[in-house]
Amino acid sequence: MIEDDVLTNGKTRWAEFLIEAVIQVLGFSAIGFVTLIFVFLLREGVPAFFEVRFDNLFGTRWYPTFELFGTFPLILGSLLVTVTAIGIALPLGVATAVFVREVAPNWAREILKPMIEVLAGIPSVVLGFFGMTLVAPFVRERLGTPTGLTALTGALILAYMSLPTIISVAEDALDAVPKSYRDGARAMGATEWQTIWRVVVPAARSGVVTAVMLGLGRAIGETMAVMLVTGNAARMPVTFDSLFRPARTMTATVAAEMGEVAQGSVHYHVLFGIGLILFVLTFVINLTAAVTIFQKRRRGGLR
Amino acid sequence: MPVLGLTLMNCLPITEDLCSNDCFYRRLLVAGLFLLILTLGLAACGSDPQDSTPDAPTAETIENKGSDTLVNLALAWAEEYMDLHPEVRISVTGGGSGTGIAALINGTVDVANASRRMKPEEVEAAEANGVSPVEFVVARDAIAVVVHPSNPVDTLTFQQISDIYTGKITNWREVGGDDRPIVLLSRESNSGTYVYFLENVVRMGNEESDLLFSPGTLLMPSSEGITAEVSQNPNAIGYDGLGYVTPEQKVVAVARTAKGPFVMPSVETVNNDSYPISRPLFVYTAGEPTGQILAYLEWVRGEGQALVPEIGFVPLQ
Repeated sequence: MIEDDVLTNGKTRWAEFLIEAVIQVLGFSAIGFVTLIFVFLLREGVPAFFEVRFDNLFGTRWYPTFELFGTFPLILGSLLVTVTAIGIALPLGVATAVFVREVAPNWAREILKPMIEVLAGIPSVVLGFFGMTLVAPFVRERLGTPTGLTALTGALILAYMSLPTIISVAEDALDAVPKSYRDGARAMGATEWQTIWRVVVPAARSGVVTAVMLGLGRAIGETMAVMLVTGNAARMPVTFDSLFRPARTMTATVAAEMGEVAQGSVHYHVLFGIGLILFVLTFVINLTAAVTIFQKRRRGGLR
Repeated sequence: MPVLGLTLMNCLPITEDLCSNDCFYRRLLVAGLFLLILTLGLAACGSDPQDSTPDAPTAETIENKGSDTLVNLALAWAEEYMDLHPEVRISVTGGGSGTGIAALINGTVDVANASRRMKPEEVEAAEANGVSPVEFVVARDAIAVVVHPSNPVDTLTFQQISDIYTGKITNWREVGGDDRPIVLLSRESNSGTYVYFLENVVRMGNEESDLLFSPGTLLMPSSEGITAEVSQNPNAIGYDGLGYVTPEQKVVAVARTAKGPFVMPSVETVNNDSYPISRPLFVYTAGEPTGQILAYLEWVRGEGQALVPEIGFVPLQ
């Protein structure tokens, strides 16, 4: 009865159309906003590549007060800190996810999962302050570096920050592995260890790769904590001890300097140019991840 | 907006008898969406800067922003002045001299604090924006060179400080200290302290000089960052306003030339001009100040000077 009513009532049909239209507009506006942001970034950032000579822009000295806009040390600084952070967080995160999903008894899982989610909610400035007052002196005293404000300190804090993301996503991926895989492995006489590392984790690898990429995205874009603990010295991290020396990341540079620049100046455009470089880097990382996952799927992995 | 929302909600049930229950909820949803769009639209209009800054004649607010060196002093002045004149509200924020001046140029603050003079291009930008900045000296500041309390180095010449900050000297041994690497600390380049120190100490006042801070210099986002690192790290050397020096840091006596005299920064040595790294502190207003802003600045340069030594700066004579 009601169904008939809905279909025949002209007013209702009109309302239906309106609702659909509004929801559609809202959905497409998300795409619109991303496009607008990208266009804005391009408009403000691209002039930098024309205003500053190429060898200056990709030179090794960042000193914007005197028109030295070498972004190379900043790019390398970001990469050094981020890659080290993921190097620390990946084994810890995947191992924790395996423990929570496969090994821990039910009661422990019930406690651990919410705790890990709370970890994700700690504001980055709090972690940065924690890093500055506790981790930095620890690094200096234990590792004998001249200062505790080093790329490693930043990487440690970033690893801690990306852990919740990596654990949660990796755990979901493990959860999605069908029970029949585990049963099959057990039936073949595999031990629990063999089941986990030879069957379950490989089956969930696409999810684990996603987890790492999300963690990487979180780490490379992080600003506040990094600005407080890495020392922000724009030196070229090319020697072996660079990990134990200060570094300056792209995000910290934009955050520290955007407040002072005059709108439309060369420095202003270069800061947006750095944003553009950051955007391209993140895009390449995500693309690589997507391609890897796609290829693995085609090769007959899970799903 | 809430009133409008209520009235719409109230009249909706009246239409209930006109169609089925199902239809009513759809209408409610449509009305909800409509309201949402309306709210967003109105909010967008409301945030128009021309609407949100009316010249309210009641309690006048003075917006004050700029130098982190001056921020504690500006806060102390503002609090004291608001106690004396409850009809005036003064809001003080830091962020660096460059930030304050940029805000003055953009017309978002009434008074900008700066620990350096405005640059000619900043004045130009202000004039282009229809703002003609007026300068006032409000106090004097000395920049102290600080090291860890366990560091045996007591004195440094300008030449030594310059060599240290440009990376020519990298070990404390070379200036009479222990065999330790030197960790250089500086403020970020939006700090007036940074510009002053670069021009007057690293370049030793030589305008032809193109010396720069060493790339290994750690740029700290705040004075607190420098305080924390210098008081923890025996390798560190830093510089900061005298107002920020805490007992956990050791102040070094400074001389312009190797012959001396080596002078410790203090209220006396700054006032009699014997301490070589001292400077005036400024506030800038957009045009000649009038009304409450004028009254406030007169008070600051008069009675307000009594607060200056308490914060660690040097009052005007």
